[in-house]
Amino acid sequence: MSSPARRHPPPSTEAPPASRGDALRAAAQPVGLLAELTYRCPLSCPYCSNPVTLGDYHDELTTAQWQRVLAEAQELGVLQLHLSGGEPLLRRDLVELVAGARELGFYTNLITSALGLSRRRAEQLRAAGLDHVQISIQADEPALSDRIAGTPSFQRKIEAAHIVKELGWPLTVNVVLHRRNIDRVAAVLDLAEELAADFIELANTQYYGWAWRNHGALLPNRTQLERAEAVVRAARERLKGRMEIVYVLPDYYSRYPKPCMGGWGKQQLTVTPNGDVLPCPAAHSLPLPRASVREDSLAWIWALSPLFQRFRGTDWMPEPCRSCERREIDFGGCRCQAFQLTGDAARTDPVCHLSPDHDIVAEKVRAANERTGIRDGVLTPRPHRGHPSSG
Amino acid sequence: MPSIKPIRTEKRVRTEKRAVGERGSTAMTSSSRPKLASHMRMRFDPVRQQHVLLGPESVVVLNQTGADILAVCDGRRTVADIVAALRGRYDRVIDEDVRLFLARLAAKRCVEICVEIDDE
Ligand code: SF4
Ligand code: SF4
Repeated sequence: MSSPARRHPPPSTEAPPASRGDALRAAAQPVGLLAELTYRCPLSCPYCSNPVTLGDYHDELTTAQWQRVLAEAQELGVLQLHLSGGEPLLRRDLVELVAGARELGFYTNLITSALGLSRRRAEQLRAAGLDHVQISIQADEPALSDRIAGTPSFQRKIEAAHIVKELGWPLTVNVVLHRRNIDRVAAVLDLAEELAADFIELANTQYYGWAWRNHGALLPNRTQLERAEAVVRAARERLKGRMEIVYVLPDYYSRYPKPCMGGWGKQQLTVTPNGDVLPCPAAHSLPLPRASVREDSLAWIWALSPLFQRFRGTDWMPEPCRSCERREIDFGGCRCQAFQLTGDAARTDPVCHLSPDHDIVAEKVRAANERTGIRDGVLTPRPHRGHPSSG
Repeated sequence: MPSIKPIRTEKRVRTEKRAVGERGSTAMTSSSRPKLASHMRMRFDPVRQQHVLLGPESVVVLNQTGADILAVCDGRRTVADIVAALRGRYDRVIDEDVRLFLARLAAKRCVEICVEIDDE
């Protein structure tokens, strides 16, 4: 064989030709871009993490502007493109954007409610090279799912999931868990199995945006969580090798915070519908200088903008994080959560049991466990479209 | 979409931490017939100047040897065939290294083992 590969070294005996997940973390290049194409959505989930100020995002980037952003992201080293929203299918140029993204080499992932994923649209997206589809459902059965979604949608989601599998895509089913549906986890898993999903994400609600506004009514109690976790453990055993179950812990019940976005400005970036660039989709809530693709290049924003530099690395950390051995594991938790709960984005995430503000979280957990009914509390649905003129 | 923020990171962390052999069907023997999982795609990244293996939630940077191995994993060749194919290119190919590499990726669900020979 006369391949040019001959010039490369053989695998050494002490170090097998292993994958190197760590190399990426060391490199200062982003891996993933979350493109929030629009915040318009036919659903009105009360746990939606879109900003409560949806009206600020009506002025959406044009097709050409998105194409420029994607080209810049590719040059910056982004490998995965997550097309999300709102409902990304409401963008008429979605197929065009996907085709362009595939030409740039991205792994393209559509994160959708599946409303608007007709067979024709799906075929077009397939032809454009879309790699993966993630469909959210709100519960395992129509009545509850539609009630949570705020619109009749369950049946259409199921039809869309079948189309996704028929066209040969890998399918992830995503269910956001909260007080009103977490008791249905076993049935949700059965449904995902029936749909032949490759992955199911059972993600406990994270309290940002509308979810934060509704957190009192969404936070499950401890008994609910323990039951759900037992179901997940058993299902993992049963479904091994067939369907992968990803269970995202509710961080209010954890000892340590989540390693939010794998570190601020370390792996991921988000571009919002109006062109703002954020280290994470919730960071619009922080009192920090804005960065926008309308004004600056993505490369400058990523590397040098005050926004991305603010919490990068560990220098910004207060105690107890500064001297904690987990500071490179969870990065002191989530800045948005720290801000939301304490009013100061630079404090330790109060979810951490070492945080001096941990009693704020403990109090919310206590309240959730004092209420017994699962339908206690008022839920404010987000507005359906979030866009007055959308059709 | 809503809960995207934590999911990405949690999954990434979990994927990377998952130990070999934690899953069921990841035993990799000389007669196993590995292929890339259908949700994974391998490509050369011009920015990093390295091959990368991409999935919906995972990014794996490969060295040249790893990329060469995966390029011949078609679900028909056995691990023994793959080792033989690579012998033509490299002076020394350690059977154990190849198996370990593939087993690791199988544990991350990046690689599948084909049970039937002609299921394409
Ligand atoms: S309303 Fe529901 S489907 Fe629409 S973006 Fe929010 S969480 Fe997603
Ligand atoms: S003190 Fe800070 S770094 Fe340590 S575990 Fe808590 S949040 Fe993480």
